Amino acid sequence: MIDFEPTEEQALIRDTVTEFAKAEIRPRAREADEAAKLPAEVLSRAHELGLVANGLPEAFGGGGERSALTGALIGEELAYGDLAIALAILAPGLLAFPVADFGTDAQKAALLPALVASAGTLGTLALQEPRFDSDPYRPRTQATRTGDGWALDGAKCLVPWPETVQHVLVLASEGESLAGFIVPRDAPGLRATPDSYLGIRALPTVELALEGVQVAAEARLGGPTGPHLRALIARGRVGLAAMAVGVARAAFELARDYAKERQAFGAPIATKQAIAFKLADMAIEIDGARLLVWEAAARLDAGADATREAALAMHQVRRVALEVSDGAVQVFGGHGYIREYLPELLLRNARGFACFEALTLV
Amino acid sequence: MISFEPTENSLRAREFYRRMALEQMRPVSRRYDEDEHALPVEWVDYYWREGRKGAPGSVSGPTDGFVQVCIQAEELCFGDAGLYLRMPTAALGGSAVSAAGTQEQKDRFLRPFRESPHPIWGAMAITEASAGSDSAAIQTSARFDAERDEWVLNGTKIFCTAGEGASQVEGGFVVVWATVDKSLGRGGIKSFVVPARTPGMKLVGLEKKLGIRASDTATLVFEDCRVPSANLLGGSKQKTEKKTAGDKGFKGAMATFDASRPIVAAMAVGVGRAALDFLIEELERQGLKVRFDSPPRAQTALERDVVDMLAELQAARLLTWRAASMMNRGKPNSLEASMAKAKAGLVVTKITQKAVELLGPPGYSKKLMVEKWMRDAKINDIYEGTQQINQLIVARRILEYSSSQLR
Repeated sequence: MIDFEPTEEQALIRDTVTEFAKAEIRPRAREADEAAKLPAEVLSRAHELGLVANGLPEAFGGGGERSALTGALIGEELAYGDLAIALAILAPGLLAFPVADFGTDAQKAALLPALVASAGTLGTLALQEPRFDSDPYRPRTQATRTGDGWALDGAKCLVPWPETVQHVLVLASEGESLAGFIVPRDAPGLRATPDSYLGIRALPTVELALEGVQVAAEARLGGPTGPHLRALIARGRVGLAAMAVGVARAAFELARDYAKERQAFGAPIATKQAIAFKLADMAIEIDGARLLVWEAAARLDAGADATREAALAMHQVRRVALEVSDGAVQVFGGHGYIREYLPELLLRNARGFACFEALTLV
Repeated sequence: MISFEPTENSLRAREFYRRMALEQMRPVSRRYDEDEHALPVEWVDYYWREGRKGAPGSVSGPTDGFVQVCIQAEELCFGDAGLYLRMPTAALGGSAVSAAGTQEQKDRFLRPFRESPHPIWGAMAITEASAGSDSAAIQTSARFDAERDEWVLNGTKIFCTAGEGASQVEGGFVVVWATVDKSLGRGGIKSFVVPARTPGMKLVGLEKKLGIRASDTATLVFEDCRVPSANLLGGSKQKTEKKTAGDKGFKGAMATFDASRPIVAAMAVGVGRAALDFLIEELERQGLKVRFDSPPRAQTALERDVVDMLAELQAARLLTWRAASMMNRGKPNSLEASMAKAKAGLVVTKITQKAVELLGPPGYSKKLMVEKWMRDAKINDIYEGTQQINQLIVARRILEYSSSQLR
């Protein structure tokens, strides 16, 4: 039956995360961006909410409540607080979810207990490549057979890289198929160089150079053959798209509240149709985009292929997040351009969705 | 629970109306677009005889309620939006009676739509030459004649959809908005049910339009047109307390829009889908297939246009379903209904225009239907509240401004 109301449990989780985003994340957003540094105390309090662990298998200490839809609700609320901090809070899922979804029993047993228990991010994911046509389904990074194992060659970028990282899941083309390899941080031939971007400045990221990185047979995610990791790309897009909706909503609410306060010609500027209609369009676009995200998430939860739906959602949020955050800068006028206010930060973050892939997973 | 899975009943209905669209509407679609004021007899007769019975053998179990109504509207407008508006049904007149009428009025006016031996129509007459979106400014007057216990209507209504059928064919009716006291502004506005062929109600003209030409858009003149006091929607007692109950009359009438806007949005989506489906099939026939798994920077401009159209149309559809599903839950939905209507009207206007562009000269040609769908689509950005009126409603809601704070 077609319906748009979250379950009671989902609503409870969402409301808890909203409160957290308002009370803990948003107040640190500006400082974290300026210092290009994550607020450690916020991350440790977020860890206590168990947002990632709740979705991991019970057998390894998780909550066993994995749902892309719930993940989308969480992602939107966290990113409503701040995108960089949201990505950092959910970063433990970057390795944990693929291992839970595609890993062999041995890989799960070796990695999941620590991934569930640790307060830090022990594993990360390297998908994006530093090229204009970086294609998540067909990476240029190659995996070639060498004896028992594989050699990895290529370059990755936009890889979240908290200090605690021990392993990176490198996605590479193995012939025609997309395969993942769990590579230790200190593997010979793997070189990480810190990078910085227009937005998400608080999130530590690196470029990775892979030159003949030798990995053992058991490092291939899911065993010696298969599985195709298509679904992982869709899970990344749904997670990112949900966060884009959160960024847009943050920008919209700031603009709305400012427009009701700011006086011009003897009345709040929100009483002028030029501003009011812009805000109305923002609200409509945000709601429409959110529903596309939910639809893609619901397909993932139903176990169906969500490639198309996730692509549509991502396409939509890319435009909506940019337009809405740009609109917020515009509504704030000159104040929108200075760093004392948040709209410029939101605009810089929103532009990132044009090139982000798999910076988070649901 | 958030779900995008239609019930078994909705799936059957979708299949049933999709077949009706393709088999009953499309074959006569072009003919009644060109023969503008002719009655599409095959379609009207088919609908009255068979179509209105709905999908045969519905299954027990949950339904999607108002969402299913939207699915039905989408499918039929995927067939032909003009013919959809020409269907013999109570239409918006029926929505007004359902939203604001008493039980007695619902029985009296809607029963014929189940029992009449021949096709009949309902309609709603609001717009006047100098009062469109500003419906509180209407001039048509209603005077109460206490001696005869009747209301006397005087004025001229334009742009009345299905106005020919509803005013001329015995058994149908027109719901007419009129003011009982101009000094009360919107508080003085009431709606009255005028049965077809009531003396004093005259059909004086049919519009020639850009699109939806199979739909009869009428000008109706009311000259001392008398209806019983019992035809005042919401009950005759309102006449004695017009100073206090007036607002309820207007709000009752406006409530019709909360129910009708999702349906209009769904109709829009149907027209947009007709053009977009055709475009995609045509591109595939020419060897162009959209690669959803390609990064946007590696897609062709054509692919990106199609992805954009698909995403926009789906956003419009889901906003529409959400507004309808809130009615299933008994929640107020005027914000969401206006969001859906604003989005859908604009999206399908743009999609159909783009489809003509992308198909080149054949898209512009009358040999194909795309040019017609472009003409049909535009009305969705205008009727049942223009794009701008719906933006205004959304803006007031999100800003928590009254109609006097945000004009």
